[in-house]
Amino acid sequence: MTFSIPGDRIYSQSHEWALVDSNIALIGITDFAQDELGDIVFLELPTVGDILIKEQIFGLVESIKAVSDLYAPLSGTVLEVNSTLETEPEQVNDDPYNTGWLLKIELKNLSEIETLLTAEEYGSQTS
Amino acid sequence: MLPRLSPLITSHEQLGAKFTTFGGWKMPIRFGSIIEEHNCVRNAVGKFDVSHMGQIYLDGKDAEYLTNKLVSNNVTRLRDNQAQYAMITDDSGVILDDTLVYRNSSESFMFIPNAGHDEEMFLRWVHFRDEWDLDVTIKNSTNEIAMFAIQGPLAVDSIDALSPDPLSDLKRFTTTVTTISGITCTVSRTGYTGEDGFELLLSSSDAVTLWDALDFPSCGLGSRDTLRTEMGFLLSGQDFNHQKNPRNPFEAGVDFTVDLKQDFIGRDALLELHSQELNLNFIGFSLSERSIPRPGSAILNNMGEQIGVVTSGTLSPTLDLPIGLGYVPPSYSSIGSSLQVAIRNSFKPATICSTPFINLQ
Repeated sequence: MTFSIPGDRIYSQSHEWALVDSNIALIGITDFAQDELGDIVFLELPTVGDILIKEQIFGLVESIKAVSDLYAPLSGTVLEVNSTLETEPEQVNDDPYNTGWLLKIELKNLSEIETLLTAEEYGSQTS
Repeated sequence: MLPRLSPLITSHEQLGAKFTTFGGWKMPIRFGSIIEEHNCVRNAVGKFDVSHMGQIYLDGKDAEYLTNKLVSNNVTRLRDNQAQYAMITDDSGVILDDTLVYRNSSESFMFIPNAGHDEEMFLRWVHFRDEWDLDVTIKNSTNEIAMFAIQGPLAVDSIDALSPDPLSDLKRFTTTVTTISGITCTVSRTGYTGEDGFELLLSSSDAVTLWDALDFPSCGLGSRDTLRTEMGFLLSGQDFNHQKNPRNPFEAGVDFTVDLKQDFIGRDALLELHSQELNLNFIGFSLSERSIPRPGSAILNNMGEQIGVVTSGTLSPTLDLPIGLGYVPPSYSSIGSSLQVAIRNSFKPATICSTPFINLQ
């Protein structure tokens, strides 16, 4: 099975992605992660103004069979939360890189960006 | 220990199934989406590989006597080709396993222990046969027999079309031997989903051929679990467990499987328990907030005191509502009572519901 790994973003070992535009990043989980979890039925996400710390838990995702913690790929302040997921959590399964995004954050430490994996590096881990 | 494998393991792997280990068996938990597989069974038809279920065959003049001594129900009421749901209890009336007992003829019976219980039950039957010096040949055929469940409102017509015999005439809880797509099967009008359908028993060596011939969506143990939870059906090892959650049939809400006029192991204890008030009742509940109650979660009263425990829980795909099963004292178990379920760090409001949670057509 091959998973979608867009080249325009960077990836964490814990299967989150970040799409960085200057000091702002969109954050979500990867196609591999959503496939592993199966039907996502509920997400617990932070609220606007909350602080994320790289590699620390910022929320959880619950599928029919399992509950998993979400780990921050980068540190920052939450600017926006994808409120669509409150009523349509399945968007994370259907389109994890677009309509299934989780948070928009303002980055605290731009040097963290280099520590994440490129699409190619992440792809070699999950294949 | 290596897991036991279904004869369909390679087919499942080729289809890209995700696997789980259940009762010592490596079985598909889902082929795609659990919710889609669930809805497929509620609305049309799906096929399950349930080859992890056991088959113990009993032949000889004492087959009926021995079985009737070891299960809670009255096996002597069965006619040929009928099946009956029963509990297997220990001396103290605690459930060891639940099972379907099949009568093939007056001297030939079969029963279906749950995944991982086949050897234990085989040895139990052998032990008491020898102790009571009975004339029964006991055979554990679990590894030689494949078992499929074909379930859903279209299941009966779909299977009927593949058989020379009129299977739509087969009554609930009865069996027949026939061919499906040319493969010899024992066909039983039973299931674990609440939907109409059949369970098929066949030789493991024919499993791949018949599975491939059944042109219905493959469903895994994940949807089997959501379907049975919506019905409030017990899951052995989870809603009762001899070690971790020892429950008797009255607590588990399966009084209808207990015939106290029969002399079976556990009967005396159950007779005494029958005259007492129960400690616990098996209940269904729903949550008003979106979250999933998981086995082991505490059930609390409105004072915040723990009064029980969740044994099964899921998001009901049919109702799009979190539902669960568990045990609470009778004083808290009336329909409509409000309770709380501890999920992670918060208490979620819960309401006791009647089961099944859903109304089938």
